[in-house]
Amino acid sequence: MSISILTGNDAAAHAARLARVQVVAAYPITPQSPVVEMLSKWSDQGDLQAELVRVESEHSALTVCIAAATVGARVFTATSANGLAYMNEQIWWAAGARLPVVMCCVNRALAAPWNVLNDQQDSMSVRDAGWVQLYCRDNQEVLDTTLQAWRIAEELGLPVMVCYDGFLLSHTVMPVDVPEASAVDAFLPRHEPIPVIDLARPRNVGPVTFADPRANADGVICHGYMELRALHQEALTRALQVIPRVERSFAALFGRSRGALTWGHLLDDAEVVLVAAGSIGVELTVAAEALRAEGVKAGVLGIRAYRPFPAEALRQALQGRRLALVFDKAMSYGHEGPICSDVRSALFGAPGAPPVFGAVAGLGGRDAAARELAEVARRALADLDRGVRQRPAEWVNLQLEERA
Amino acid sequence: MGTRDCQHQIAMSSPAAGEAGATGDWRTERPVLDPALCLAQKQEKEACQLCWVYCPDLCIARGVPPAVLLTYCKGCGICAEVCPTDAIAMVPERESAAAAAGGAR
Repeated sequence: MSISILTGNDAAAHAARLARVQVVAAYPITPQSPVVEMLSKWSDQGDLQAELVRVESEHSALTVCIAAATVGARVFTATSANGLAYMNEQIWWAAGARLPVVMCCVNRALAAPWNVLNDQQDSMSVRDAGWVQLYCRDNQEVLDTTLQAWRIAEELGLPVMVCYDGFLLSHTVMPVDVPEASAVDAFLPRHEPIPVIDLARPRNVGPVTFADPRANADGVICHGYMELRALHQEALTRALQVIPRVERSFAALFGRSRGALTWGHLLDDAEVVLVAAGSIGVELTVAAEALRAEGVKAGVLGIRAYRPFPAEALRQALQGRRLALVFDKAMSYGHEGPICSDVRSALFGAPGAPPVFGAVAGLGGRDAAARELAEVARRALADLDRGVRQRPAEWVNLQLEERA
Repeated sequence: MGTRDCQHQIAMSSPAAGEAGATGDWRTERPVLDPALCLAQKQEKEACQLCWVYCPDLCIARGVPPAVLLTYCKGCGICAEVCPTDAIAMVPERESAAAAAGGAR
């Protein structure tokens, strides 16, 4: 064991090095750039035996990863915000082609207006593409989650996006336990890809697939588009078992566990549960402790796996509570925060489900400190006590109107 | 028997004739070769064959003259474009179907 003082970006780069990635392709964008700069330096020094492919765009970066993963290489890329948006076509391709691509998304606000600071609109905007999405609380989790991502990706044939908050984690230093390479080798053995390049049995990969199943040249009835999509959904559903199993296996080897699909803080007897993904969860633990000091039984439920969405775990965790207050660092514009929507849909019709209130916080790097988050919870509780069960999301620290 | 039995995890196929189905029904125009203008026919040997070389879907068989495989030809017109003697005309399917049926236009 060796403790290093690392930024979140350093931690992600160490994970990629320890995973012995074979192909890295990325395009610089704040706040992701230092991840790949570090990998590039190690490659130059001979400390990383990976092919670093320089590309002219994020679209090409992911395309390189798709091609390399198709022929069985362990691949890595990282991006943020508009870079992720520029990848969008290939985001869907990597998922539909069932490739174990691991990508760090260093969460940043999407333009316009231009802004390089943190929120989670970028990764939330591709939640439907069929990637596994894991959100990190701190830099140790960035390293650990990125290592786990390859195990999950390679077992299920699914790309995994490791999301961590720009600047709040990416550029903030914390003590991080960096494991030995040999220990990581035991956790992450070389995977056996689907054999694609087989000279004895040439085949087309990703051909046009029609609506209905169809016999191939050998007379075997092959999937139509919908069957392949159903298999993809099955794999994501299976991830609800695989993510916790990989986490347990990681804990057994490395002696630390940070939660699997979700994590909790002061949750056992909590009446008010603050729900969020990413580093704002840590801020919420401070808010919950402040509320407890006032006699409000508050707790935090952190979402580590956002896709697949742990609906059953949330139903169990939230059953019988007085209130679930969900903090989103993103919007589904025209509706509400995406996590809030998903929590509502998971709880709909469940016995003992609490009312769900939403709050939108931290867009474009707007500060959302623990004392302010606690204030949001106090206002939500006051509404609840007045009999309110449905209300529009509160935009935290919004200054459109003069404050009362 | 469901498609699960094919055991494919992703969309894949083996290179084989007709793997994408009988694509000839995508066609709106068909290539019709006039043997009188075809270089191979005129020289009575397997000359030229540029239509065979350029067909992206392997839908032309080498020969004197070359023959179009209409079951798979999508009617892209590349053969007509590359023919040095304009021996191949792209004829709207409706007209060629009517001609094949022996009717008037």
